[in-house]
Amino acid sequence: MTAVAGAGSRAAPRGDPFVPRPFVVRRHRQDTRDTWTLVLEPADGATMPFAAGQFTMMQAFGAGEAPISISGDPARPEVLEHTIRNVGAVTRALVHAGPGTELGIRGPFGTGWEVSSGRGGDVVFVAGGIGLAPLRPAILEVCADRASYGRVLLLYGARTPEDILFGDDLRRWAADHAVDVQVTVDNGQHAWQGRVGLVTQLVDRGGFDAVNTLALVCGPEVMMRYAAMALRARGVAPARLRLSMERNMKCGVGLCGHCQLREYFLCVDGPVLTYDVLEPLMSRAEL
Amino acid sequence: MVETRLIDVTGLQSLLDALVARGYRVLGPTVRGGAVVNAEITEVADLPRGWGDDQEPGRYRLRPRDDEALFGFAAGAQSAKPVFFPTDELLWRGRRTAGGSGFEAQSAESAQAAQGGGVEEHGEDGPDTRPTALLGVRSCDLSAVGIHDTVLTGRGFTDAHYAQRREGAFVIAVACSDPGGTCFCVSMGTGPRPEQGRGAPFDLSLTELLAPEHRFVVEVGSERGGALLDEIGATAAARGDLAAADAVTEQAAQRMGRRLDTDGIRDLLYASIDSPRWDDVASRCLACTNCTMVCPTCFCTTVEDVSDLSGESAERHRVWDSCFTADFSYIHGGTVRESTRSRYRQWMTHKLASWHDQFGSSGCVGCGRCVTWCPAGIDITEEAAALRGVPGSNLPTPTSPPTPASE
Repeated sequence: MTAVAGAGSRAAPRGDPFVPRPFVVRRHRQDTRDTWTLVLEPADGATMPFAAGQFTMMQAFGAGEAPISISGDPARPEVLEHTIRNVGAVTRALVHAGPGTELGIRGPFGTGWEVSSGRGGDVVFVAGGIGLAPLRPAILEVCADRASYGRVLLLYGARTPEDILFGDDLRRWAADHAVDVQVTVDNGQHAWQGRVGLVTQLVDRGGFDAVNTLALVCGPEVMMRYAAMALRARGVAPARLRLSMERNMKCGVGLCGHCQLREYFLCVDGPVLTYDVLEPLMSRAEL
Repeated sequence: MVETRLIDVTGLQSLLDALVARGYRVLGPTVRGGAVVNAEITEVADLPRGWGDDQEPGRYRLRPRDDEALFGFAAGAQSAKPVFFPTDELLWRGRRTAGGSGFEAQSAESAQAAQGGGVEEHGEDGPDTRPTALLGVRSCDLSAVGIHDTVLTGRGFTDAHYAQRREGAFVIAVACSDPGGTCFCVSMGTGPRPEQGRGAPFDLSLTELLAPEHRFVVEVGSERGGALLDEIGATAAARGDLAAADAVTEQAAQRMGRRLDTDGIRDLLYASIDSPRWDDVASRCLACTNCTMVCPTCFCTTVEDVSDLSGESAERHRVWDSCFTADFSYIHGGTVRESTRSRYRQWMTHKLASWHDQFGSSGCVGCGRCVTWCPAGIDITEEAAALRGVPGSNLPTPTSPPTPASE
């Protein structure tokens, strides 16, 4: 681990925070029908250490910029990995950036999962859809130090079997690192032998020591709200339940005001916040 | 001990001349388009001599005064905000390289240095790199500049463009003598008299006295301010002048057009999250963004990428934005704050409540611009009173002493 020194640590960006640094796309992989993973290297060779859970502002030259969570391994800061869903003009330009293309990167920004604070206990990862990507660095961190943790569960909900991300990872984490990987889909065709249903139902099945569990949740906000309620119902403490929030972001450094959730600037105070802070704010629409 | 001097109208002209001679671009209040706005000035004759204003919810009119006051108006149409925090700022400029697959981006500073200029705005003859001297900053706006100093330079990440403009600026505050119908700086603890240590620092602070002679008591706020007064031969102020200046701001404090009860305001707003009052205000609010544009503390921005037709070069600009637009909170899949109700709640809660948590102060300085320039006449003091369950009147009780800030 070169990136995270402990709770509260945050890798700082270099130079003018508004000017993007060129990163070269080295590998370009289509994961699902709408999601791609890019592996990038800094054009200037200077590595970008990051904490699991942090994001960067990714720019396709002339097309614009979007906040994207880092999906790579924090133990390998020499490469920058992003998993991107094609949902708009900027992300379309990003996922179509082939090998050799330079993309602009600002960051890394925001708070991390700080999964290492869960050492000695159980860890439950709850992911919905593309929400698995921001959790992947934390899962890798746990797998690299697996003996320090108790039971490790990954509860993952996808829309269809075709939308399941990181299939190779899921198999490796289960086989090599004793991660209890449970996958469910909203809609499965007849060929699907696995579970159909909501990810909250996987939480309800238990299999972890709730009072000694760190739970990390990432997915659509409505899914996170219900997953958090299910984890609370099983006895996970609100302060040991962390969510990664999404809001509009333009600057990434707490100056543009877009990402405010009442008193929090989610780009610097978040995106990862604990549920004791978030619960009253998530229970109101349009906050 | 506060150092005070006295100058007359000729002395004020000498002050402007001395600032120009020192290379400053002097901005000050002047009448344009039926409003008092800040623009470049060189002469006392550029100031709004003999003009006052009438300000009420949704209403701003210049009013001829029956005296020769140069600063006889309340908050102008714009605060100091656009001077230090322009509506459009170049962040970087870049171009494609390596046959189109690469790019290089230069910060605004280096991009403009390459063109032979700094980051100041472009005049007719190229970039204007003169530092700014701003004359006529009201006490409320001085507090607002102080807030922007905290927001933009006092936290983890600094707005270097703003910091650069602020660093070189010479600030001449002016005490208010004739507050408007929408003013409530006394409630917010920000005025009407500029005080060193409250808000952004000033170099000089003027209080205009009209009788028996037209003159200005000048409080010296900085060494360079004092040096400037030495240069123009300003004399010391007499005790009688100081008393007259005190009387000007004391009577101004008694004539606030509005008041806002700040007692427990943060908790009040947080507790009002489900108040039906938001529906009421939303039925009147046009979500036009005027309040956020004229607010001296609103700092939200968005970015605009501009590229040429070939796509070979591009630049990114930061422009003012407003939490009242649908785009402001858009993430793929929809807008988080879809309703006007939620947008007004966000704005007012930010101003009066979450600002305290974020920056340690209120986000409202009581300048009244959001009230004056709202086309629907929505009044933040009235909305705050309504949330408190106090209906109706915002007229201050004539005998009430100035209300200090709650925190």
